[in-house]
Amino acid sequence: MCLAIPACVEELIAGDSAIVNLGGVRKEISLALVEDVAVGDYVIVHVGFALQKLDPEEAAQTLALFAEIGGAAQE
Amino acid sequence: MKYVDEFRDGALAKNIAVNITREADPRRRYHLMEFCGGHTHAISRYGIADLLPANVRMIHGPGCPVCVLPAGRVENAIQLAQLPELILCCYGDLLRVPAGGGMSLLKAKARGADVRMVYSSGDAVKIAQENPQRQVVFFAIGFETTTPPTAVAIRQAQALNLKNFSVFCNHVLTPSAIAHILQSPEIRRLGVLALDGFIGPAHVSTVIGSRPYEYFAEEFQKPVVIAGFEPLDVMQAILMLVRQLNEGRAEVENEFSRAVTRDGNVKAQLLVAEVFELRRVFEWRGLGLVPYSALRIKAQYSAFDAEQRFDIPHISIADNKACECGAILRGVKRPQDCKLFGTVCTPDNPVGSCMVSSEGACAAHYSYGRFREAA
Amino acid sequence: MSKIKPGYARPLDFKHGRVDMTHGSGGRAMAQLIDELFVAAFDNEFLRQMNDQARFPAPQGRMVMSTDSHVVSPLFFPGGDIGCLSVHGTINDVAMSGARPLYLSASFILEEGFPLADLKRIVESMAQAARDAGVPIVTGDTKVVEQGKGDGVFITTTGIGVVPEGINISGERARPGDKILVSGMLGDHGVAVMSLRENLTFHTSIESDTAALHGLVAAMVAAVPDIHVLRDPTRGGLATTLNEIARQSAVGMILHEGKLPIREQVKAACEFLGLDPLYVANEGKLAAICAPEDADRLLQAMRAHPLGSDTAIVGEVIEDPHYFVQMETSFGGRRVVDWLTGEQLPRIC
Repeated sequence: MCLAIPACVEELIAGDSAIVNLGGVRKEISLALVEDVAVGDYVIVHVGFALQKLDPEEAAQTLALFAEIGGAAQE
Repeated sequence: MKYVDEFRDGALAKNIAVNITREADPRRRYHLMEFCGGHTHAISRYGIADLLPANVRMIHGPGCPVCVLPAGRVENAIQLAQLPELILCCYGDLLRVPAGGGMSLLKAKARGADVRMVYSSGDAVKIAQENPQRQVVFFAIGFETTTPPTAVAIRQAQALNLKNFSVFCNHVLTPSAIAHILQSPEIRRLGVLALDGFIGPAHVSTVIGSRPYEYFAEEFQKPVVIAGFEPLDVMQAILMLVRQLNEGRAEVENEFSRAVTRDGNVKAQLLVAEVFELRRVFEWRGLGLVPYSALRIKAQYSAFDAEQRFDIPHISIADNKACECGAILRGVKRPQDCKLFGTVCTPDNPVGSCMVSSEGACAAHYSYGRFREAA
Repeated sequence: MSKIKPGYARPLDFKHGRVDMTHGSGGRAMAQLIDELFVAAFDNEFLRQMNDQARFPAPQGRMVMSTDSHVVSPLFFPGGDIGCLSVHGTINDVAMSGARPLYLSASFILEEGFPLADLKRIVESMAQAARDAGVPIVTGDTKVVEQGKGDGVFITTTGIGVVPEGINISGERARPGDKILVSGMLGDHGVAVMSLRENLTFHTSIESDTAALHGLVAAMVAAVPDIHVLRDPTRGGLATTLNEIARQSAVGMILHEGKLPIREQVKAACEFLGLDPLYVANEGKLAAICAPEDADRLLQAMRAHPLGSDTAIVGEVIEDPHYFVQMETSFGGRRVVDWLTGEQLPRIC
């Protein structure tokens, strides 16, 4: 479930909120559920809340996995 | 869009598809359930089934909170909305869910009830602030992804000392649903439903972490791979499940490592534990009564509990006799097996909940897959 | 002591005044509204005659007529307002037959209490749109309803035009093998309007694409007189329009996701809300279907026009007894692009 998208934190604003940017669209969201978020971080946004920070290294590793050549066919 | 577009790349999709086809053992079949409605939607929308070999079959699970919400609870919401001066706020997904007698929140709105769609629970709090003379009820649904936002809203209402805001809580829990499926008679009785592994939900897992799934893998000896939300994530997770099954492993693996850790979002979990507690039992549409599967608001926040503030009777609304939503939610039947599918029950006139939500198995199949059957 | 000029009538207060029931009653107040606002803004020989009807010689050729009601909310949005929208919308409906639009009528249903300042803004926007398009508003009507019975203002425009000989553009003319073109970026209008809806606020620089397309159509018809189908994908988006045509022509269609022209911001806004850009409204775009051998020439003609600079060939028409509109996803899979179900609502799931 749960439509959530990764968006870039552009600005931190008072009241535990932030402006995030996804593809040029800006939205104000709440940071009440996360900690230590800095401008430039990517967060997963769901119904107006950041749920988790996105780890760029893990993202890169996952993309690399997609490109791997798989194992041999089963005998 | 960064972290989105790269995970939808067609060339990489082909690569993973080749891997799956190469590694899937032609001597066996793989039955994989994707629990999360968002994954159902991604599989349909990107035509992932077209890229899988014939012996790898996806079964759609009940991870669609709209689909599993009992019609009686929707009826409760409609009745609340019809109270004079009351404003009912809800997410867009809920507006067309059919309750009893063909009614829905959208139809109630057309007849004068003040039903307002909100994008965020915070919007409902704002509406309460702006309308101090009126009662505002937030119709809260969702799995563990959506529960923390409701908790924040309740705490916000408390901090603002709002006297006119309450929440009608229908939050449900993922692990309970998975356990219920795995313990169902169809699975235990051989030959009725083969279920080899699970694709674990993406965003629920960012909140609860990967740890809760370890129990299932261990107890039921079924592998679980938590997958991200994008189609490449889903495909890679399918590959990882195929590998586990080939190697006889039953572990929890995390494909969505860029957002999911073993512990999950502890801050969100603590906030939820602060505001909510387990209901002993809760009715799920299609699954019946499931123990310890849902949440209610704790006593210290009872001022914000709509079930304390208003008289909300238990209403049992039986599904249409021919509606197969229950079996479809458990993965036992497919949409095509339901007599009502595509004729009486369509996205325009949904009879059951699997057709209402765009990621219910029936809606997904109707919108994206039915041409395959017809062709 | 100052002298009061004879024949002085207090002019309408367009700054602070509001519509009231007298403005629709047919009496002096209504005549004043018509004179000081509508006639002054639309200003043409027909209106100046102050009749209830406009009289003009019968144009030569086949005539086309179309009507549209406009109930958009909010009334003012980035890139436009209900006024210019109502002018463009009907001009476009007329133009989709290949016709040259000639005249428009405009009727207003005003809600009691509606600010005259907003009404003036809307009417002047309509006047500008009509002037720019070269299509005068020659007759109209005004009614006022009680407060609470209208959404500020509803506007209905009707337009007539003439189709040149040899042009036969109609929804049932799509044939297997035909190419499908769209004149530019999809989803701008819907996203611009949605960004202002209560409880959905997000900030984008997307503006409505509302525009009169008859100039583009004229250029297209000059290059390819035998265009088969033209339609503007307004409510329900391109998906709905193509489904309508597929059914009318008893054919199927295949779109190529990678070819669809959609702005990054529109894609992002749709992601945020869980919407599909194929179903989002456009107000300054058209879909064209033509024989395959004409496609390149049509593409060039469209791209040469300012309202078609982002034209793309997005798919083709096929045989299909089910009349499905399908799409080849950028993923390599295929899916059906179905009719819109109800209203597109933002999702959480």
